[in-house]
Amino acid sequence: MALFAVHKLHHSYDGQKVLAVDAWQAAQGEHWLLLGPSGSGKTTLLHALAGILRPAGGSIVVAEQDLAALSPSALDHFRGRHIGIVLQRLHLIPSLSVIDNLLLAQYLAGLPQDRQRVEEVLAGLDLGEKARAQPHELSFGQAQRVAVARAVVNRPRLLLADEPTSNLDDARCLQVLELLQAQAQACNATLVIATHDQRIKTRVARQFELGAAA
Amino acid sequence: MNIASVSFSYLRARPLGTLLNVLLLALGVATIILLLLATDQFEERMQRDARGIDLVVGAKGSPLQIILSAIYHLDVPTGNIAYKQAQEIARHRLVKKVIPLALGDSYRSFRIVGTTQDYVAHYGAKVGAGRLWDKPLEAVLGAEVAARTGHGLGATFSGAHGLGDRTGDAHEGHPYVVVGILERTGTVLDRLVLTSHQSVWAVHAEHHDIKDVADIEKQMKDEEKEFTALLVQYASPLAAAILPRYINNNSDMQAAVPAYETARLFTIVGVGVDVLRGFALVLMLSAGLSVFIALYNALNDRRYDLAIMRTLGATRGRLLLLLLCEGLLLAAMGAVLGLVLGHGLTEVLGRALQAAQQVEVTGWAWVPAELWVVALALGVGVLAALLPAWRAYRTDIAGTLARG
Repeated sequence: MALFAVHKLHHSYDGQKVLAVDAWQAAQGEHWLLLGPSGSGKTTLLHALAGILRPAGGSIVVAEQDLAALSPSALDHFRGRHIGIVLQRLHLIPSLSVIDNLLLAQYLAGLPQDRQRVEEVLAGLDLGEKARAQPHELSFGQAQRVAVARAVVNRPRLLLADEPTSNLDDARCLQVLELLQAQAQACNATLVIATHDQRIKTRVARQFELGAAA
Repeated sequence: MNIASVSFSYLRARPLGTLLNVLLLALGVATIILLLLATDQFEERMQRDARGIDLVVGAKGSPLQIILSAIYHLDVPTGNIAYKQAQEIARHRLVKKVIPLALGDSYRSFRIVGTTQDYVAHYGAKVGAGRLWDKPLEAVLGAEVAARTGHGLGATFSGAHGLGDRTGDAHEGHPYVVVGILERTGTVLDRLVLTSHQSVWAVHAEHHDIKDVADIEKQMKDEEKEFTALLVQYASPLAAAILPRYINNNSDMQAAVPAYETARLFTIVGVGVDVLRGFALVLMLSAGLSVFIALYNALNDRRYDLAIMRTLGATRGRLLLLLLCEGLLLAAMGAVLGLVLGHGLTEVLGRALQAAQQVEVTGWAWVPAELWVVALALGVGVLAALLPAWRAYRTDIAGTLARG
C-alpha cells in the first residue's frame, strides 16, 4: 500500500505550465530524493503533496486520502496532523521560545499539547538545554534542528524537506541529511527531500527526477 | 499554547509599540471616564442641593448669581432684601414655606449662614453632637467645617466680612460659640456654619447702635432688618406661573428658578464637557489608527510566520482570529489601564477640588456608562484589527513560501 500516490498531476502559473507528473508513488517509511533542475517544479510538487497548493489537474492521494476531496479547513487539519515540512528557510516564530514553537505545532494540528513528547523530541536532537531559548539566541545548526523537531513532533506519516542542504558546507550537508533520515525513521515517516544538491545524490537510493516541464 | 498566548507573545515582542498603543487607548478611556464621573457627581450634587427649592428670591441682579450664592454658596450675594418684603412673600397664599437666609460673613472661608432651623430640616440633616442653636451667637458646624477647623462643642470663633480668602475685618466683638455639629449629609450643609439670622443681625449690630444682642429681635426696628435671600417652596404648581413674574414686576427683588438656572449652568459647563469629550474621542480614534498601523505593518514582517502556521495546520480562520485577538488584547489592556487612570485622576481631581472647598468629587464611585466606554474601546481594537485580520486570512501560503 502506497503512502502517497501522484497521478497525472499538472499545474500552471499564469497559463505557463510549471509541473507535469505522470505517476509517482511511495510506500510508508521509504526515503526519496526529488530531483530536477531549478524551474522543474520541485517546490510546486512538494507544496501540492503538502496540500499547501491545489494543483490544476490530476490527483494526489496521501495516506488513503484524496487531497482534492478535502475542504480547505479539513485540508489544513490533515496537513497539521499527518505531514511535517522542513523549509529551506528555517523559520521559527520569533516571539515564541523553542518549546513554545513545538507546542504551537501540536496546538495548530489540533493535537493535545504534550510537553513530555516535546521534551523528548528536543532531547533526541540534543536541544534539551535550549528548550527555553528564544529563536534569535540559537546558532544556525540549532535552529535547523529545532525546525526538524517541529516537523516531526506530531509523528507525521509524510516528512517533506525543501532544499534543506543548499546553503550548507559539505560536513553540515551530510549531518542534516542524516538528521532527516534518522528522524523520519524514528516515526516511520516517508521522507521526500526536494533538492538539486549533487552531494547527497549518492546517499539516497530512491530518486524521482522531474524533467523540464512539458 | 493557544491563539491568545501567540497574540500576546507578539505584543510582548515589540514592547514600545504595544506600550504606545495601550497608552493612547488608556488616555482616551481615562478622559471619558473622568468626564463621566465628574459630571455625574457634579450634576447629582447640584440637584441634591437644589432639591425641594422651587424659587429663590434675592436682591435685583443676576438670577444665576442668586442661585449660586443662596443655594450653593459659591458666589457673593446680589445684595439684601428688606424684612417687610420678605414677610409679604412668606404670607403669600401661593407660598407654602420660606426659609430666610442672612449671609455676608464667613469663618476660614466657610460661609456663615443665618437662617431658621427649617434650613437644617430641609436637607434632612441630623445633629451629630450637641444641639441646634436657640440663642443668638450660637453656631452649628457642618461636618466638613468641623473636620477642617477641628472645632468641637464649646469652641469660640469670630466671623469675618466677605466670602472665600478675600475676607475683611473680623467681627472680634461678637464671637460665636459652637453648640452643635451636624452629621455628614453630602450636601452644601457640610461646608456651612449655621446660626440664627438674629446672630447675623447681632454681629452687624454696631451699625444700629445696639449693644445687647440677646434681645435683638425686639430692639431692631423692622426697617433695619434685612435678609439676603429667601428659599421658597410653592404651595401649588400654579405658583410657578405667577410668583416669579409677580415678584420681578412688583418689587425691587429678583426671583430666580433653580431648575432653570442650574439647567443654564449645565449648558454653559456642557460646552466645555463636550469639547473634552470630543478630544477624548479623537484620542480613541488615533489609538485605533495607531493599532491599525501597527498590526498592518506587523503583517508585512509576519507574512512568513503566518505561512508557517498554515503549514503547521492552522486554518485561515485561525489566522483571522490571531490578528483580531491581538487588537482585542491591546484594547482590553488599554481599557483596564484607562479605567484605573480615569478613576485615579478623578480621585486626584476630587482631592484638589476638596482643598478648594468647591464640589466634592470622588474616584471611588462608578457609573453604568463606563461599561459603554469599555465596549467602545474593545470595539475600536477589533475594528482596527479587522483589515489586517482579513489580509492574514487571504495570505497565499504557497506564494509566500516560494518567494521566501
